[in-house]
Amino acid sequence: MTDFLRVSNISKSFGGVQALDGVHFSIGKGEIHCLVGENGSGKSTLIKVISGNLQPDTGEIWIEGQVHKHLRSIDSINLGIRVIYQDFALFPNLTVKENIAYSQLVEKNQKFLDWKEIENIANTAISKIKIKLDLDEVVGNLSVANQQMVAICRALTSELRLLILDEPTSALTKKEIDQLFVVVKDLQQKGISVMFVSHKLNEVLEIAELITVIRDGQNVATLPREEITNEKLIYLMTGKTITYSRNTKPIDTKHKLFEVQHLNKKNNFKDLSFTLHRGEIYGITGLLGSGRTELALALFGMYPADNGTILIEGKEKSIRSVKEAVRAGIGYVPENRLVQGLVMKKTVAENIVTVIIKQLLGNMNLIDSNQWDASVKHWIDELGIKVAGPDIAVQTLSGGNQQKVVIARWLAAQPKILILDNPTAGIDIAAKSSIHNIIREMAEKGVGIIFISDEIPEVVNNCNRIAIMRNGRLIEEIDTKNITEQQIQKRVEMSDTREKSAQHEKERIFS
Amino acid sequence: MRKLFKYTEFYIAVVIVILSLIITLLNPRFLTAENIFDLLKSFSVIGIMAVGVLFVLILGGSPDVSFTAIAQVAEYVVVIMTLKWGGNIALAFLVAAAMGLIMGGFNGYLVHFFRVPTIIVTIATYNIYYGLLYVFSKGEVIFRVHPMFRNFANIQIGRFVNQAGNTYGFNLLPLIWILILILGWIILKYTSVGRNIYAVGGNEVAAERVGINVYRTRIFVFSFIGLLSGIAAIVHAAIVQSAIPNIIVGQELNVIAAVFLGGASVFGGGGTIIGTFLGILLIAIMNNGLTLLRISSYWYSVFVGAVIVISISTSAIQRLRQEKAREIIHIDEKEGEKV
Repeated sequence: MTDFLRVSNISKSFGGVQALDGVHFSIGKGEIHCLVGENGSGKSTLIKVISGNLQPDTGEIWIEGQVHKHLRSIDSINLGIRVIYQDFALFPNLTVKENIAYSQLVEKNQKFLDWKEIENIANTAISKIKIKLDLDEVVGNLSVANQQMVAICRALTSELRLLILDEPTSALTKKEIDQLFVVVKDLQQKGISVMFVSHKLNEVLEIAELITVIRDGQNVATLPREEITNEKLIYLMTGKTITYSRNTKPIDTKHKLFEVQHLNKKNNFKDLSFTLHRGEIYGITGLLGSGRTELALALFGMYPADNGTILIEGKEKSIRSVKEAVRAGIGYVPENRLVQGLVMKKTVAENIVTVIIKQLLGNMNLIDSNQWDASVKHWIDELGIKVAGPDIAVQTLSGGNQQKVVIARWLAAQPKILILDNPTAGIDIAAKSSIHNIIREMAEKGVGIIFISDEIPEVVNNCNRIAIMRNGRLIEEIDTKNITEQQIQKRVEMSDTREKSAQHEKERIFS
Repeated sequence: MRKLFKYTEFYIAVVIVILSLIITLLNPRFLTAENIFDLLKSFSVIGIMAVGVLFVLILGGSPDVSFTAIAQVAEYVVVIMTLKWGGNIALAFLVAAAMGLIMGGFNGYLVHFFRVPTIIVTIATYNIYYGLLYVFSKGEVIFRVHPMFRNFANIQIGRFVNQAGNTYGFNLLPLIWILILILGWIILKYTSVGRNIYAVGGNEVAAERVGINVYRTRIFVFSFIGLLSGIAAIVHAAIVQSAIPNIIVGQELNVIAAVFLGGASVFGGGGTIIGTFLGILLIAIMNNGLTLLRISSYWYSVFVGAVIVISISTSAIQRLRQEKAREIIHIDEKEGEKV
């Protein structure tokens, strides 16, 4: 296979920080090549170099045997390289056909539009990947997966040689990911190279032919898929072997802390019942769209359930609003800390005290600053939040530390029950294990924890029991004592294949 | 047919029809050609400016508030110039439009380079333009304008006789408004600059990435609203046949409200010419209806405000309903039993 693109010895630094340090990368024609690395490893910088948006300090870029000293963004586009970023860069207010045809229209630079031509451009692109899209639908009304297809179609409107997909699966359900993979393989058949940038390991292993791992801006390895396992990949990405220790603490089943009985919410979940004990970590797993986040939001009163009973310490509680949930002793760490959890521009201290601000009131109902400082310091120390001071804006922290700030906020409120929705999503492995420790310590102190995650090893090792959710139902409850990760993985996937065959007729994207 | 219910325009049209029916039942004079012609004429000034406001709102959702000041300056200056040097109406339009274009373009330049919301920049330039007018005019009212304005205002197409025996005709002034509506519609629907306005309003970053010249698009939009304000100024001078330095300013919020009423999005990227036309028509009919029903015109503001609140709440209710019904997963009863 001849190389379409080869970059060698690329270095780039930003004000003293070495983002890329002598990186090599090459991709053949019609090759699917994954680039993996943790957040901050230099993946995005490398993409920007290849797409001509950043000029490297040193190094060479070869495209089809031609060396490019100063690759500009327009050169990269003319050579058939397209990047689809996580945000897709679509126009939510315009129709599918306009979104697909837009770059062509700008290129042609006509004063007047020919709507027939727009439709033709869109139809040609869509037919290349054999999907069905309503040309006149407004893009903002489409699912994330379909929006991604529109972005891919747009890339296909001109000569496409290399498609770079940046974290393409992060907001997709399993089924949608499979559909994306079909499309990617189809592009490969046409001789188009696909560079897949991701940190979701199992997906990388499923689609890639070659995998390049970078860490701290340096190449670690380039290996064919056959030679890589999940464990090996984690080791290559982090430089550490991560071994989970099992949570074997026995649970006193006499203390029923939180009982959920026959909880229903139309179109979200159906007939959910489970019991959480004092000091127990109860895992809920299932694929994206299984209803797990919706359950969490219902338990926290944000989108209350339609009917069903919730008992806390044996007493029936009505949880119809966040206020009632907080009063009942429930805390919630949301899945997307950027949107739902933190005020990014505010300081660490302000973010920590938001829930307990009333407890900090002193004389004349003014905030007692001593108490404020003490409480902030306590939680920063307690959770080991790495921050220069409490008055630093949260947005400057790493993902792991941001997540600890959200957790600190809820711990400060001293909840009896804490719901954690994917608390380790998108943070590096060291921070992950420290968050696992925090969770276990909380349980040790008697807090009941509902731990929602789609990472099986994480739930198996940290939880006392696990419930598998699918299609809005709790389908299985498993004690983690005598079960392996593989067994659980199999059960989750099994439920997925069943879902696939049952929902086959509902598929909307593919004809 | 079902598609129709998705559009804000449809609902405004329904409201307009119902309102017109009620007013006609109470006072049949409402639905006469004479009254309609008159109504179109008196609302053609804000109608023309509304097209410019629509463009600005599509571009970014943040309104321009300086267009009335621009029109005010253009009107006053052109009225004085024509008194001094004469000229003809075409030249008056040309000069006013050019003045508006420059003032509007300056707004666009500031908005683009300071990266601040349009409303902030234009509050500033509103004060500058209007303030300078006051400095130089000292607030002096000009009661006598060049006769060309009256002659122009008196041009009528067709000649009809009403029941009382008086003649009336379709005035040229609302025709200018209608032509500008058509022009706006063509720009938005069939030109690349028009679609670029929607694209920038929808996602500015994406617009830059596909290679749209955002700066040029923005300058176009602000120059365009300035130009329309200049044209509206001459139409206004023709209607009132005087130049009062504070008569156009103060109406900007009503115009903006009418455009929002017509479905323009506060987030940018949304809005149509038809909606804008209907929005203006709705407030025009309310105004006219109150007069015909002999209700004190003081009530006018209250009604306009109430209609805006109702229109906001209906779209908010629609959105809430959508959010509630967001189908996250499909629970199929039968399929559930099989498992």
